[in-house]
Amino acid sequence: MRTADALLPGPGQRALRGLALVYVLVLVAIPLATLVVLAFADGPTVFVERVTDEVARDALVLTLGTGVLVGALNVLFGTATAWVLTRYRFPGRGALSALVDLPLAVPTLVAGVMIAVLYGPSSLVGTTFAAWDVEIVFAKPGIVLALLFVTLPFVVRAVEPVLAEIDVAEEEAAIVLGAGPWRVFRTVFFPALLPAALSAGIRSTGRAIGEFGSIVVIAGNIPFETLTAPVYVFGEIESGAPRAAAAVSTVLLVFALALYVGATWIERKVGARHAS
Amino acid sequence: MRAERDVGAPAIAPVEAAKLDARDTRGDRLAPGSLAAGRLALGAVVVLYLTIVLLGPMGALVTEVSRIGIGEVLLAVLAPPALEALGMSIALVAISVVVNAFVGTIGAIALVRHRFVGRGLLGALADLPLAVSPVMIGLAFLLLVGREGVLAPVLEALDWKIVYAFPGLVIGTLFVTLPYTMRELAYVLEEIGTSEEEAAATLGASAWQTFWRVTFPNVRVALGYGLLMTAARALGEFGAVLVLGGSISGQTQTATTFIHDAVEERALAGGYGMALVLGAISVVLLALLEHLKHRRARALGRTK
Repeated sequence: MRTADALLPGPGQRALRGLALVYVLVLVAIPLATLVVLAFADGPTVFVERVTDEVARDALVLTLGTGVLVGALNVLFGTATAWVLTRYRFPGRGALSALVDLPLAVPTLVAGVMIAVLYGPSSLVGTTFAAWDVEIVFAKPGIVLALLFVTLPFVVRAVEPVLAEIDVAEEEAAIVLGAGPWRVFRTVFFPALLPAALSAGIRSTGRAIGEFGSIVVIAGNIPFETLTAPVYVFGEIESGAPRAAAAVSTVLLVFALALYVGATWIERKVGARHAS
Repeated sequence: MRAERDVGAPAIAPVEAAKLDARDTRGDRLAPGSLAAGRLALGAVVVLYLTIVLLGPMGALVTEVSRIGIGEVLLAVLAPPALEALGMSIALVAISVVVNAFVGTIGAIALVRHRFVGRGLLGALADLPLAVSPVMIGLAFLLLVGREGVLAPVLEALDWKIVYAFPGLVIGTLFVTLPYTMRELAYVLEEIGTSEEEAAATLGASAWQTFWRVTFPNVRVALGYGLLMTAARALGEFGAVLVLGGSISGQTQTATTFIHDAVEERALAGGYGMALVLGAISVVLLALLEHLKHRRARALGRTK
């Protein structure tokens, strides 16, 4: 007998399953479908006009640019952080490891407020950098900092289990055979780490291009300077142009889905589960 | 699962520790001693990075709140608008936890244990909120059930108000919290397999008995983990509740939209104070999550 099917209670199991499906359809599929349909409701030409509007296009370019940069920085620093957390032993390691998860629990708006307090124009750090003519908050570095904060756990948590599972024997064999530390990293660790770091980096880019809460307090939202696409979408909603907002949203949605599919493809290929 | 090895490192000076570690750690013991400098440098880079991105900003908020003065901050955070906003957020947390406990469990079981038409769709749609910007979610519902939305005539006829009212906040929060419980449970159900459930069924247990006596005890920790994530996400949601609620003080203002408005109006005692309150709650949620994570790692190790 197929016991698995008996798991949902009694004869109502089909009804319960149907309920879950309807819930997801009503909550996710119908609204997003409405968004995409209405983005094209005024015809493809108007759609193209709306997303190639100077301000909109610039916002999309800024969002994708900062998103890719943050993904790359995450691959680099996230892998380094995972390396230190799994392979070093030092006092406070457990606490530091737990802290890496904090961005999962901290509201992103609060993350933005925290960064604004530390790096804002009237703060100690802000005035120091202002003396060198470098702006952080209300400028692009602030956006990158905020995005790094909210995506911090992605690569660290994806790389840690891979590092923990790498066979010590392999590493030792490489060393015994005379490989230097760099060569050991390149031949033993790099091939194993790359898929996990890359897919998590892509996921962090996907997360970054949708970010709103932290950006809205940190970026200053100046068109052509620091206005990101999600903030542009919000502005269009506020100024009563929901269809223009829908058009830019659709473009963002396509990029987010492409990144999601790409990351999932890499994970399936190596059979690794991403730690979210 | 991440293997937790001995954490109880002795309290010795960092440089000393680095030297010792260089000899102690796994394969590196075979590497030349000059590696210690490189290890120390890498450790320093990581600590600096975490300080710039995470620890510094957190510390700055705490410092700023104490600079403003605890008394003034308390007064602002305990004022009626702030408490109402926090109460609103807590209500949204409660609703999303209850709904996700129910739908998440059913959905996860259906995803992992059942084979039916639409299963792939269910899985994909359950993941989708993770890829969508919260502002976009707000916009999608605005276009559907807003004042000029597709369903506006229907809602008007029924005299239902969703956008700029409590139901709008609920819908937005349920959307963003959908994946957490369902995905977490689906992952663990997959891991534990069906052998115990099959044994129970063979011994004559009904579906209900199998669920409550076999499956549920096995996924309890994962359910708790998923629901804690749900709570954290619900508490922190900003974009969707801003668009759908409009942040009307005393009506649709949540803790996060309260912070946003306070910071905009330079009412910093209230804004930073509430930010610290939410920050403190998230630290508590994180501590609980870490606790469950270790329990879950152990539980999975046992049942495998």
